[in-house]
Amino acid sequence: MLAEEEIVYARPKALSGVHTHYCPGCTHGVAHRLVAEVIDELGIAGQTIGVAPVGCAVFAYNYFDLDFAEAAHGRAPAMATGIKRVLPEHVVFTYQGDGDMAAIGLSEITHAAARGENLTVIFINNAIYGMTGGQMAPTSLPGQKTTSSPLGRDIETTGMPLHMAEMLAGIPGSAYVVRRSLHNVKEINRAKKAIRRAFQVQLAGWGFALVELLSSCPTNWGLSATGALHWVATHMLPAYPLGDYKVRPEVEALR
Amino acid sequence: MAKELLKGNEAMAEAAIRAGLQAYFGYPITPQTELLEHMARRMPELNRVFLQAESEVAAINMVYGAASTGVRVMTSSSSPGASLMMEGISYIAASEVPCVIVDVMRGGPGLGNIAPAQGDYFQVVKGGGHGDFRSIVLAPATVQEAIDLTYQAFDLAERYRVVVFVLTDGNVGQLMEPAELPPMRPVERPGRERRAPAWALRGAAGRPKHVISSIYLQPENGEAFNLKLQAKFREIEQHEVRYHEHAVADADLIVVGFGTAGRVAQTAVKQARAVGKRVGFFRPISLFPFPKPRLAELAATTREFLVVEMNSGQMVEDVRLAVEGRVPVRFFGRMGGVVPYPDEILAEIERQLGQPVYA
Ligand SMILES: Cc1ncc(C[n+]2csc(CCOP(=O)(O)OP(=O)(O)O)c2C)c(N)n1
Ligand code: SF4
Repeated sequence: MLAEEEIVYARPKALSGVHTHYCPGCTHGVAHRLVAEVIDELGIAGQTIGVAPVGCAVFAYNYFDLDFAEAAHGRAPAMATGIKRVLPEHVVFTYQGDGDMAAIGLSEITHAAARGENLTVIFINNAIYGMTGGQMAPTSLPGQKTTSSPLGRDIETTGMPLHMAEMLAGIPGSAYVVRRSLHNVKEINRAKKAIRRAFQVQLAGWGFALVELLSSCPTNWGLSATGALHWVATHMLPAYPLGDYKVRPEVEALR
Repeated sequence: MAKELLKGNEAMAEAAIRAGLQAYFGYPITPQTELLEHMARRMPELNRVFLQAESEVAAINMVYGAASTGVRVMTSSSSPGASLMMEGISYIAASEVPCVIVDVMRGGPGLGNIAPAQGDYFQVVKGGGHGDFRSIVLAPATVQEAIDLTYQAFDLAERYRVVVFVLTDGNVGQLMEPAELPPMRPVERPGRERRAPAWALRGAAGRPKHVISSIYLQPENGEAFNLKLQAKFREIEQHEVRYHEHAVADADLIVVGFGTAGRVAQTAVKQARAVGKRVGFFRPISLFPFPKPRLAELAATTREFLVVEMNSGQMVEDVRLAVEGRVPVRFFGRMGGVVPYPDEILAEIERQLGQPVYA
């Protein structure tokens, strides 16, 4: 039996006690919490530097109680490279959306992986541009209605979605690349384990580690909070299979 | 230290290293590439960071990251590459982290060519990226001056927490001249850390977190921040003006030029003096802050100005603003990578002295 006053659930130390600007039901908040819990558990808050994207997570530095930089749109991996190269003993992570990473920042993320840059990347795939009000992203699904594809994404003219985890896993420099989802408790727990590994890979100096997280955007999908989680399961999971796309042998041994 | 025969690009690279450069990020582009190549050799040798980025966009954002940790960092490029860096430069300026950028200008617009030019004056001096900000811009005319200004650039960048440009051209970059390198300054290394600046990102162990960002969502906060930036630029205008002048006291005509155009123009001015013409010479070394007050003073004593540039007439606008219409300011320029000859400028001086002066 737990004593009444025993705390069983609290805000991770690596998160600040401020109000969130994320929409109700948005899983950005869940992703923040998982990253913060991992940082607490690994005891690395004092040596960690985060790099925020341009996108809904632009204010990530408000929520994490860590040293933080706010990069230009898509350039977080370059900025993180600059930090990590001069402070190799520090832990450096980027937190990026799919417009930020898969569109404007495709070059920076690809070359960071190619160099085997010793970084941890948290990649939020919500199949849309959230911050700018719901335009088509490179990850939007075929037929998906967005404000810039009002009749649904036409793959004849805009091509098929980019699969970042699969793409980056194919690059020799990456050490750990997986896709997880935040649409239910079981998957959230699995996502946390992956995030933990992605930080451990960096601590071990093994190179580029990325966790892609299927995430919800109820506001721009025009769905309720629970409806959006359901949409992740019914629409995103079939298009973006969860799994481990690159796990180097030495990473396999991590627990 | 004795003088050695040094190439401009390599000399600037070595000067930066001796100024305590800890990290260099760059991308090859002629006529700047020897600078990057010197870094590729020397930085690893000294156990410092060299990284060839995948683009100038990446390079400037790597600089932004490294600068956020409070180390001495730089990049170098030439005109098209500098264009690509502009968004990042605006972020760096707005985050008030120090860095140094060498722009070895070449002929433009577009891909242009690899010959010396000065067509990036507007781009670099008038802000260099979106929003209201200034970079300190230093324009050397000789290899020695390129060394000295690059060496000083890091101190200026740190003192004011601004971007400092060394704005030069393919002529200074490629030129070999006898010059003297400065002494090697000590640099921070693991185990021998310089005290990190109070704002730097080094991990929040034992202190409140630091944030490097450039976002001010509330317009009132945005304006307050802009006013603070502007106050800093006014302070820079007070303290950091640099110029070189020659034979201006009795001059009827003062020829003004920066960098290579200035150096060629000085030869023409000496030739004019040799045949008894009362011609003076003025070379702005800091393009921001522009030597406005001194030019305004000279406008009271001379009868006219001739501005010589390797562009269509960019700095001439600043000379006109400084002179405020008190005397005529005329322009002579070559473009697209053409460097004027002294006798062309001399002919221009003679033509102008023959002209009536409406003052
Ligand atoms: C250079 C530049 N281009 C465009 C923008 C506008 N912009 C801001 S956020 C954004 C898209 C963000 O979408 P995503 O990365 O998917 O993140 P989300 O908001 O969905 O979390 C865009 C296009 C910008 N800030 N800078
Ligand atoms: S717009 Fe979408 S991604 Fe952005 S905070 Fe709202 S729900 Fe989340």
